[in-house]
Amino acid sequence: MKKIVKKPVIAVGPFHPLQEEMEFFQLTVDGEIVTDIDMRLSYNHRGIEKISESLQFDQVPFLISRICGICSASHPLAYVQAAEEIADIKPPERALYVRTIINELERIHSHILWVGLAGHFIGYDTVFMWAWKYREPVLDLLEEITGNRNNYGNVKIGGCREDIPNEIKPRILKELDEIEKKMDMLTKAVLDDPVLHARLKGVGILSKADAIKYAVVGPTARGSGVDIDVRRDDPYAVYSDLDWNVITQPEGDVFAKAVVRLLETFESIKMVRQALKKLPDGPVTIEVKEIPPGEAVGHVEAPRGETFHYVRSDGGNRPVRHKVRAPSYVNVPSFKASCIGEKIADVTITLAAVDPCYSCTERVAAVDSRSNVIHDYENLLRLSREKTEKIKEGKK
Amino acid sequence: MNQIELKNKLSEIKDKLDAIEQKAENRIYLTCKAENACAVNRFLLEDIGARFCVATGIDADDCFEIIYHYSYDQTGCCINIKAVISDREKPAIESITPFLPAAEWAEREIHDILGIDFKNHPNLRRLILADDWPEGVYPMRKEIKATNT
Repeated sequence: MKKIVKKPVIAVGPFHPLQEEMEFFQLTVDGEIVTDIDMRLSYNHRGIEKISESLQFDQVPFLISRICGICSASHPLAYVQAAEEIADIKPPERALYVRTIINELERIHSHILWVGLAGHFIGYDTVFMWAWKYREPVLDLLEEITGNRNNYGNVKIGGCREDIPNEIKPRILKELDEIEKKMDMLTKAVLDDPVLHARLKGVGILSKADAIKYAVVGPTARGSGVDIDVRRDDPYAVYSDLDWNVITQPEGDVFAKAVVRLLETFESIKMVRQALKKLPDGPVTIEVKEIPPGEAVGHVEAPRGETFHYVRSDGGNRPVRHKVRAPSYVNVPSFKASCIGEKIADVTITLAAVDPCYSCTERVAAVDSRSNVIHDYENLLRLSREKTEKIKEGKK
Repeated sequence: MNQIELKNKLSEIKDKLDAIEQKAENRIYLTCKAENACAVNRFLLEDIGARFCVATGIDADDCFEIIYHYSYDQTGCCINIKAVISDREKPAIESITPFLPAAEWAEREIHDILGIDFKNHPNLRRLILADDWPEGVYPMRKEIKATNT
């Protein structure tokens, strides 16, 4: 009689208490080692592309800011650039600078957020507390400029809704100095920590070949040595007028992705400073009459990678098709390459390393087939943290 | 390859294309028939080395369109392949996932929302529709109206 081999499956999700969107991972394991991974998503499908077809062109940016609370400047900008291309609209110079500043502030707060979450995942809650504390002033600046901490709704076809008042420029610069100092300290603390080296180096490696095969984008690609960045490759707003560097790391592990994000934060601070210095006078918006028939694509480098929008108009006041592709859409399938062969305790941080948009609640039920112990989410988090502790003690 | 070399290279597959349009400085649109889509995608991926971004499925009233979006990062040029499927009753097209794993989700999504069959797709399960969504109802077809209007 043929023996049926039962493979234990660990379910991660669909509800995740730490991140923003619901996703469901099924890890097939052999002992501690992950041998296969299956993903399900779209528990949070809100039909935004369909709703977008029923809204007027100028209403759409406010809808699509809500695609993601963290990338809420990048999605509308990608859409607006596509719409402006169809109608051949050139927004005023000052608006382009304001867009650049908002988008870079967004990248700063998003990367700091990730560093904090990564610390939390591996049981380094000090990093979490520090990082989130340093992120707060960035959100205050965004609130002061746009009126909102998130979902800024600041970009519109033909320019920007809110201008950056010249009076608050010195305050922004002062805050940037503060953030830079603190990030410098945090970066050194993270990059020099022997426990973090032991915990993150060589973990969840995504090779350059796999990164190209899965067409990943953003820090996930740059952490694997793929030198792409929409801001440099297909410059929009005023990125081509600023002096900055694309950060890449060849290793492809979780540590490399952390390094890319931390160093990018400093590049973003540099860019905001330059943009504020060069900020020209003038209006931030022009009048837009109509969007003629046509089609266009717009892509923007969001904190997590390239955000891609396709817009088609038939000359009416609503888009006939609006396609949205968020960066996690191409980054998440790369787990097939980065998680297989890893230990279960390392999967949490490997999944978190691409900074996917998960959801706000998670349920994990892991059954160890040998001892019949049921692990829940808390248990898995404990496993991950215990591993860090063990490494820490071994180092002492 | 710079922009001019890229355009010259694209003309190598002219016989598989119905049109080549350049709508903006860095935006090229190729139109082809559904049966040629695979060959054109393979050419962009292997001969040009473009990066696959995503595919868009469109209900264009008398036909379906699949637009495969690529980015050629050396020049920042977006190349879009528009494949036209004229059979509205049983829309089908050859899958590109066997040689381009990054397209798996995009094709599964279009299958969900427009009911287009991707032939030889290795895993054409539901991606974005809920488990209890009725079979044969495709939300992005024009006859389905969004309820908030």
